[in-house]
Amino acid sequence: MADMLEIKDIHVYYGAIHAIKGVSLSVRQGEIVTLIGSNGAGKSTTLRTISGLLKPKEGDILFEGESIAGRPAQDIVKAGISQVPEGRRIFANMTVMENLELGAFSRSDADGIEADMHMVFKRFPRLLERKEQAAGTLSGGEQQMLAMGRALMSHPRLLLLDEPSMGLAPLLIREIFSIIEDINRAGTTVLLVEQNANMALSIAHRAYVLETGRIALSGDAKELAASEEVRKAYLGG
Amino acid sequence: MDFMSQVVQQLINGVSLGSIYALIALGYTMVYGIIKLINFAHGDIYMVGAYIGFFAVANAGLGIFPALIISMVLTGLLGCLVERVAYKPLRHAPRISLLITAIGVSFFLEYASMLFVSPTPRTFPEIFDSSVAYHIGEFIVNGQQLLIFAITFVLTVLLTYIVQKTKIGKAMRAVSFDTETAQLMGIDANRVISATFGIGSALAAAGGVLVGVYYNSIDPLMGIMPGLKAFVAAVLGGIGSLPGAVVGGLILGVIEAFVSGFLSSTFRDAAAFAILILVLLFRPSGIFGRDAQEKV
Repeated sequence: MADMLEIKDIHVYYGAIHAIKGVSLSVRQGEIVTLIGSNGAGKSTTLRTISGLLKPKEGDILFEGESIAGRPAQDIVKAGISQVPEGRRIFANMTVMENLELGAFSRSDADGIEADMHMVFKRFPRLLERKEQAAGTLSGGEQQMLAMGRALMSHPRLLLLDEPSMGLAPLLIREIFSIIEDINRAGTTVLLVEQNANMALSIAHRAYVLETGRIALSGDAKELAASEEVRKAYLGG
Repeated sequence: MDFMSQVVQQLINGVSLGSIYALIALGYTMVYGIIKLINFAHGDIYMVGAYIGFFAVANAGLGIFPALIISMVLTGLLGCLVERVAYKPLRHAPRISLLITAIGVSFFLEYASMLFVSPTPRTFPEIFDSSVAYHIGEFIVNGQQLLIFAITFVLTVLLTYIVQKTKIGKAMRAVSFDTETAQLMGIDANRVISATFGIGSALAAAGGVLVGVYYNSIDPLMGIMPGLKAFVAAVLGGIGSLPGAVVGGLILGVIEAFVSGFLSSTFRDAAAFAILILVLLFRPSGIFGRDAQEKV
């Protein structure tokens, strides 16, 4: 199958800091691909570059065959990629409903938005109960669900998830990950960044291991989970 | 007039003046909310609004309402232009650079206006027969004051509607809360910032035209003092808060009216700045402000 997303040897800098030193990776349609690695390896930077918040100095990013590198963030969303950012970043002072509406900002098809709103409430019934509530009053797990629902409101073909397990209790993490699998089964391709490598490898098809701005390992998720190297470095033995 | 009726009369005067401050303070607080800039050129935008209104009435012979609308539209565009030329290139620069640029824009607008319209004060044509006044009991409200109340009320309601209910308003709140995440929603932050400058400048223009009608006299430096006062009003209400700007403006206007009415008008300005000092000392987040916690 053709690559949906293809990152070709990108270099990204924060000022003088060379954060991404030639990363290449690909995501095929229908897959869950995970990008794991320790803190500061450049996982979030990679996602932020795909989303257009950072521009690669070198290299290219192709989405469905078209170059999107360096294009403004709003164009990337329109093209069909949306992101659930690290730390959820919900609009705390706005209602749950308003957060979801903002997720659909780039769209003007009222019927489609309506249908996706139903889909999100079906997937996350707790959001429906709390739709007029200020988003800041939700619990951590509910906020993660809101951030995911908000990202789905743009009807993405590729969903980028940055550390969805962060700060959540184990039971909630399991729930969130099973929802990610559901979303994927319903047809959305997923690129998942995680520090919780165990969980990420358990649902992903393929995986990349990032180390200080470079891809150290890549391959089938099950094989990587079994490999001695990965077990030692990321899975706690 | 006994003491109580004097109080009420000063209240009416204070609310008129305060409404003007509120209109200017709204623009200050909106721009601050979205790019954390104290736009010191905002008072001069108000001055330009007053001049556009003046030319529309005095030279083009338009009525007050068409003049108001034309002034708001053109001044709004000027606000967008200023943002595009002066502030947008500094989007990722330190905040102090923006602040210094704002002061530069302020001087530019003041002295460019002197060049084009001369420094001589102009007399705003009389829109209302100033001898006509409405007596409510023993209190006097004149036509200009009624116009100020009505316009300020309508514009405040309109702005609240835009910010709370429309798509661009929601985008403005999102960008103001978290610009980067707003961009991840597909919001073009540059367009939203531009719209914010446009709307804020249009409100200041309305204030400028109304001041022209109220005080009859306009000049190129007329924006300096009201600009600073509106800044005080925005800080008093809680900078970044829209209701705060309106309430802050009204309170400031009323205090000034009381000080000039019961003490001496020489102390008027001192009172306004004393309020600024007190607010900054005892409640820097203002009346409606969220506690100023830095986001991690």
